[in-house]
Amino acid sequence: MLHIYCPHCREHREEEEFHVKGQAHIARPLDPESCTDKEWGEYLFFRKNPRGIHHEIWYHSTGCRKFFNVTRDTVSYEIKEVYKIGEQPQVVAKG
Amino acid sequence: MSQKNRLQSGGRIDRSKAMTFSYNGRQYKGYQGDTVASALLANGVDIVGRSFKYSRPRGLVTAGADEPNGILQMGATEATQVPNVRATQQELFDGLVCSATNGWPNAESDMMSILGKVGGKMMPPGFYYKTFMYPQSMWETYEKVIRKAAGFGRSPLENDPDEYDSVNQHCDLMVVGAGPAGLMAALTAARSGARVIIADEQNEFGGHLLSSRERIGGKSAADWVASIVEELASFPDVLMLPRSTVNGYHDHNFLTIHERRTDHIADKAPSGQVRQRMHRVRAHWVVLATGAQERPLVFAHNDVPGCMVASAVSTYINRYGVVPGKQLVLMTTNDGAYQTALDWADAGREVVAVVDTRANPQGELIEAVRKRGIKVITGSAVIEVSGKKRVSGVTVAGIDAKGEKVTGKAHSLLSCDTVASSGGWSPVVHLSCHAGSRPEWRDDIIGFVPGPTVQKQLIAGGITGTYALDKVLAEGAKAGQEATKRLGLTVADVQLPNVRNLREGKPMALFHVPHTKPTSRAPKQFVDYQNDVTAAGIELATREGFESIEHVKRYTAMGFGTDQGKLGNINGMAITAKVLGKTIPETGTTVFRPNYTPITFGAIAGRNCDELFDPKRFSAMHKWHVENGAKFEDVGQWKRPWYFPKAGETMQQSLDRECKATRESVGILDASTLGKIDIQGKDAREFLSRVYTNAWAKLGVGKCRYGLMCKEDGMVFDDGVTSCLGENHFLMTTTTGGAAGVLEWLELYHQTEWPELEVFFTSVTDHWATMTISGPNSRKLLAELTDIDLDKDGFKFMDWRAGTVAGVPARVFRISFTGELSFEINVQANYGLHVWEKLFEHGAKYNLTPYGTETMHILRAEKGFIIAGQDTDGSVHPFDLGMGWCVGNNKPFSYIGKRGMAREDCVRPNRKQLVGLKTKDPKVVLPEGAQAVADPKQAIPMDMLGHVTSSYWSANLGHSIAMGFVKGGLERMGESVYYPLADGRVIEAEICSPIFLDPKGERQNV
Repeated sequence: MLHIYCPHCREHREEEEFHVKGQAHIARPLDPESCTDKEWGEYLFFRKNPRGIHHEIWYHSTGCRKFFNVTRDTVSYEIKEVYKIGEQPQVVAKG
Repeated sequence: MSQKNRLQSGGRIDRSKAMTFSYNGRQYKGYQGDTVASALLANGVDIVGRSFKYSRPRGLVTAGADEPNGILQMGATEATQVPNVRATQQELFDGLVCSATNGWPNAESDMMSILGKVGGKMMPPGFYYKTFMYPQSMWETYEKVIRKAAGFGRSPLENDPDEYDSVNQHCDLMVVGAGPAGLMAALTAARSGARVIIADEQNEFGGHLLSSRERIGGKSAADWVASIVEELASFPDVLMLPRSTVNGYHDHNFLTIHERRTDHIADKAPSGQVRQRMHRVRAHWVVLATGAQERPLVFAHNDVPGCMVASAVSTYINRYGVVPGKQLVLMTTNDGAYQTALDWADAGREVVAVVDTRANPQGELIEAVRKRGIKVITGSAVIEVSGKKRVSGVTVAGIDAKGEKVTGKAHSLLSCDTVASSGGWSPVVHLSCHAGSRPEWRDDIIGFVPGPTVQKQLIAGGITGTYALDKVLAEGAKAGQEATKRLGLTVADVQLPNVRNLREGKPMALFHVPHTKPTSRAPKQFVDYQNDVTAAGIELATREGFESIEHVKRYTAMGFGTDQGKLGNINGMAITAKVLGKTIPETGTTVFRPNYTPITFGAIAGRNCDELFDPKRFSAMHKWHVENGAKFEDVGQWKRPWYFPKAGETMQQSLDRECKATRESVGILDASTLGKIDIQGKDAREFLSRVYTNAWAKLGVGKCRYGLMCKEDGMVFDDGVTSCLGENHFLMTTTTGGAAGVLEWLELYHQTEWPELEVFFTSVTDHWATMTISGPNSRKLLAELTDIDLDKDGFKFMDWRAGTVAGVPARVFRISFTGELSFEINVQANYGLHVWEKLFEHGAKYNLTPYGTETMHILRAEKGFIIAGQDTDGSVHPFDLGMGWCVGNNKPFSYIGKRGMAREDCVRPNRKQLVGLKTKDPKVVLPEGAQAVADPKQAIPMDMLGHVTSSYWSANLGHSIAMGFVKGGLERMGESVYYPLADGRVIEAEICSPIFLDPKGERQNV
């Protein structure tokens, strides 16, 4: 069970309090109508499945109900950092 | 039976406290401090089970968690049955009732052994895969027989009478194992002021020191342990947990501890006490001091009762005062095991010989053994055991320096009843593997040690391959210091006690003792006792192409027992490596997963049983529903009235009456469970128009509107009515089951996509009680209780008004899910029951009829209204539902779902569309889920056109009604489709409008 630091509550809490919402930094296209079906399909359905560093959105569902970003290693399950929505990660995959 | 193997003195048992216990239906005596295993050995019970596949008699092999054979079915009553309890770990108590897990009718004279003898040759590895594959239809029959024959215990058929609970713990340092290393680590950290938890699976702290005759700091090992325990107990921030197995070491230093609080006292926990407890520990740092387990050697007939690992023999003698035999032959690859010969001799029994696989062993213990006049046979091995139900002798032969073959002839046959063997020690790396770390092989200690880890983990003692007591103590102290330092505390001073330092020779890396015959022809040499995996079986597996250790494991079932291969896996890997001509590190190891030892479901469940398993949610009027005989339906966690049967009514009769009463006069529904989200902020309106498919810009205060919510793919996921309470204030309703999901959805878009919008969401579901009165008399009824003007033109359909109802502040919404004139009354939840009862007081003259979810479903289906989640399944967009009227095409913002709905696949012809279905025979009700086909005579597999989503008997219409998906259905009005059913019937139905009643909507507008 992961031990997650909520940047809004500023405390470590148990994973049970959170929901993971998948890959982070997928911005909704500003003008969906101008997207081709392929572009829209990629926005909708295609996600990374990296071995290693992964940026994902978590939701403090039974806590402050705030969303935030987590950089997590998908092999070791280490959480490298947490940061608020709108901020950029400091830890990124090499290459 | 007398305790013929019990020593007169010595051990940690209390001979003044005799206890009686029952094993396989016979009564035995033992003492306080015994385990079931030690008591059985004291009584001379050799056979404790029958083997899994061959049904060979089996005896106790170890004295700890690694025991493969002594597996008990515990429990004096049906309700207190516990399977898979290791006899070596179960403390004895007076009145204990247990039996051997394997063996029928009993372990001593087993019927299956006849089958085993025949079946033995016929059951190579992969036997089940090879034999029971065909015909496939018979598998269920085979399986039952196989499982019964295999039998690893059984679960109770009655409810467990005991209570279990769980505790969340936090600490600076979690020490796993209270042997010498763990105790030193805990002591060091505790003196430095750390919050420490130290847990050990045994009933007392001390680890192997409990079985040892070593002296520490001038005291006996036991006295030294007692002094450390006493000091640890003096720290308020140290929690000591004996009888507590750390079963799992999970990510981010999360550990689960299974504490057995009363299993050593009685069959059932004493009144008011919790039987077992699960500690869920989050630790800043962890010291694993789990020690090591001794490996037995693999030789022919090494499973005959009387064959044990050497250290277990010492444990039974020194800790329990039991000598498990008369004449011992000890086989060893290392110096340490010589202590067992000394212990045996000191107990006054005969050591026939020590057989050392090394040609020229040198060391202080060997000298001590020789000095006692005990025969030491070097460069040799016990290659075969004779005896059936007990060892009667051994064949000893010379072996070469590598231990690969027998040199010359088997030269001596020694008579004995016990064979102790030691192939060295395997560090207990299990916990270190749980979070994904792979163990690493070390040639110098001939064993795997924990590999690199991301956990905040330190290791000390036997787990690191360090076995000399002085070094073990030093490592423990060092780990304690290291943890203390990393915690940012000042390290307190801890002196290491003086201990004897023995000069030892180099051990030999030997796992599988050679035989005069090749392995495949030699008598069985067991590797995994619990699953009857032999050396020959592993060789066969590799010959058949299973070269990966993970495949060998699965093909032979090595390590699949309840002992998870604690005893046999390393030997099995070594044999695999040898056959493949690889080294052990090249062959690799399998990893261990939680739990370390089997755990009861009770401990996992804790208090989360019965009414505490899942919260139940009740509306404010629940009491009334119960008193008025409602049948309930679970909707999420809610208990919703399903229907309200009167005495003697069937469900259908009840529904017919409720449906008719509503359309003819007035019915009432408790709609409190619908999700309610209060939305405020200057951008609330803009937000709504982005998440709903229809327009919200012009909805005035006092007005309500129905909306559909889609995901980005254009598919409907929720619906409901949203009302404008003020210019910047709305109340959204959602489906009962979708409430939490919708709120999360709104928050997700607000927080991640449109944070610039000023809008706030608050769940108010529980704040309001909602009751819907529906039917032609609903206005008359409400008029008696409200100050709101109900004039049909002043308070129009899809309006809401604030006022009082039954003297209570209320919001009344004129919305309708039945198609009738309808008012939805919302009051503060605490007033709900009062208003509900007032409505019934005044409603009696109108035959006010309560109805539940089922009648609600029928009434809405008569009107063709969808239920999101029943008539939608995440693959249909608003146009598929025939609800294009609810999609706003001129909204400036590209709302969620708009682009998705425009995808190529969403606009193609022949999509499945929701239509009404009228059965040819009006009395027949289609089953929900039935599949539509165009031609029922088509050969299977038929082309399926869609399925029935909602189907009911309509008492108001006098015929069945249904809705369902049909490919291109909206273009196929009047055509027939067919529903072939599993029972052979084919139901023909005509495609029609889903609005069966009042298509112009006149009834709700009166």
